[in-house]
Amino acid sequence: MSRIQTLFKREFRGYFATPVAYVFIVIFLFLTGIFTFYVGGFYERSQADLEPFFRYHPWLYMLLIPAISMRLWSEERKSGTLELLMTLPVSLFEAVVGKFLAAWAFTAIALALTFPLWLTVNYLGNPDNTVIAAGYLGSLLMAGGFLAIGSCISALTKNQVIAFVISFVICFAFNLSGFPLVLDFFRGWAPQAIVDVIGSFSFLTHFNSIQKGVIDLRDLIYFATLIAFWLYANMLAIDAKKSS
Amino acid sequence: MENLIEVSDLHKSFGQLKAVDGVSLQIKRGEVLGFLGPNGAGKSTTMKMITGFIAPSSGSVRVCGHDVASAPIAAKTCIGYLPEGAPAYGEMTPAAFLDFIADIRGLAGARKEARIREVVAKIHLDAVMTQTIETLSKGFKRRVGLAQAILHDPEVLILDEPTDGLDPNQKHEVRSLIGEMAPHKAIIISTHILEEVHAVCTRAAIIARGRLLFAGTPAELESRSRYHNAVTLTVANAITDAVTAALRALPDVTAVETRASGANQQRLTVTPRDGVSILEQVQRAGRDGGWPFDQLFVESGHLDEVFRTITTTAGSAGEVTRT
Repeated sequence: MSRIQTLFKREFRGYFATPVAYVFIVIFLFLTGIFTFYVGGFYERSQADLEPFFRYHPWLYMLLIPAISMRLWSEERKSGTLELLMTLPVSLFEAVVGKFLAAWAFTAIALALTFPLWLTVNYLGNPDNTVIAAGYLGSLLMAGGFLAIGSCISALTKNQVIAFVISFVICFAFNLSGFPLVLDFFRGWAPQAIVDVIGSFSFLTHFNSIQKGVIDLRDLIYFATLIAFWLYANMLAIDAKKSS
Repeated sequence: MENLIEVSDLHKSFGQLKAVDGVSLQIKRGEVLGFLGPNGAGKSTTMKMITGFIAPSSGSVRVCGHDVASAPIAAKTCIGYLPEGAPAYGEMTPAAFLDFIADIRGLAGARKEARIREVVAKIHLDAVMTQTIETLSKGFKRRVGLAQAILHDPEVLILDEPTDGLDPNQKHEVRSLIGEMAPHKAIIISTHILEEVHAVCTRAAIIARGRLLFAGTPAELESRSRYHNAVTLTVANAITDAVTAALRALPDVTAVETRASGANQQRLTVTPRDGVSILEQVQRAGRDGGWPFDQLFVESGHLDEVFRTITTTAGSAGEVTRT
């Protein structure tokens, strides 16, 4: 068994050893239900698709993913197990990737448990299931992006509350960065090129295009790069902080 | 014999603070080094650098011939490490935790099962294998940490305060365990407990303010005591003054101290000049004076006194004493 697999297995089981997993999954399913049916008006729209379901994922993740990611590294630092982990024959890359993948797999399970919605919409009408599959893919990629941000932030502090709040704010900024509110803030002093770059950072723009069934390579590259960038920053953060 | 651990001129600064300031050590197979020093002296920092957890500001560490900085995985493979406070994943059971450590250390199949069984039996963990680690007592937590460190039968063992928080029986067990493993490994233990140095170590190193102040055998450490080869005896109150005067007059005696007074007896310690043996002189003086000594024994030296002297005064000189 490779070391990443071993780390993944330990970490993944860890979610289910505590109530974290069950609380998260129940709240996630409950909130997706509320947003889909009440806020999104699933029935009122009378359309056989899951758009009202996916539409609120960026906002749900912004709140819930930091709750998953906040403990990833700050708990290791606080309890001293970081020292144990980093003196085992494991590279920093393996440790970061193993933990990240476990958290990602866990959110994938939460997401997969929304399948009754997919059954419902298929029962009620004839939706385009490839669009729904694309929506799930986009949602999973976006969850990975949020998790990578949260994982990195959690390596910077021993305090889980701080990790949660800062991750939340950064995730919020990544959601909002396509909105005029944020862009106007930069437009005053930054050149247009930078404003465009900031706009293109938004999770919403990339997620929305995938969610509509258009799987553009650029959107995939966006999420892959984003995850890679934050995980790399995560490695640097652990390296810089582990001795303090 | 080859050096399994080679530490050369290790430095580590945290901002302005020099936590470790030029420490060099070589440890061969079969040696147990007792690492002594006051709190905050740099013991743990040195151990963290040897095990590759933190990188030194300068200097190098080689473990089993592998440079810890350039070949960290190879070096870490041959090290077993018990970090300070014996951290472990609290939500796991010792069974799951040791299984994880075995997997990550690359133990598999029959060897993995055999090693886990052997270590669990050796460290007496059987009773708590299915309880989560966070519910265990301090002593059991420490033992889980120790089990984790020796699971892969490493050539190099680094234990940061392995007996801290254990009761006297458990301490004794851990010391015997270390003694048992010692011939095949190079071991470093850090400790506050000076008697431990006597019990398990073949060598001792004292560190204070980041500098190595003494490196030698426990016997050499004791020989630096003022009380090395001192003679302690018990005499009746009536003759104390006469005895004291006679002993003071002996050529190799520098002082006679009253250590404890009882209702009928006093305990005197006779300190020699330069640690020479004075037992015979004292005995002869006793015979000549016709004094009955109730107890008479030679002191090997007071480690705590040497420790205090070295860590509080010699530090300013900044010289490493090698004997």
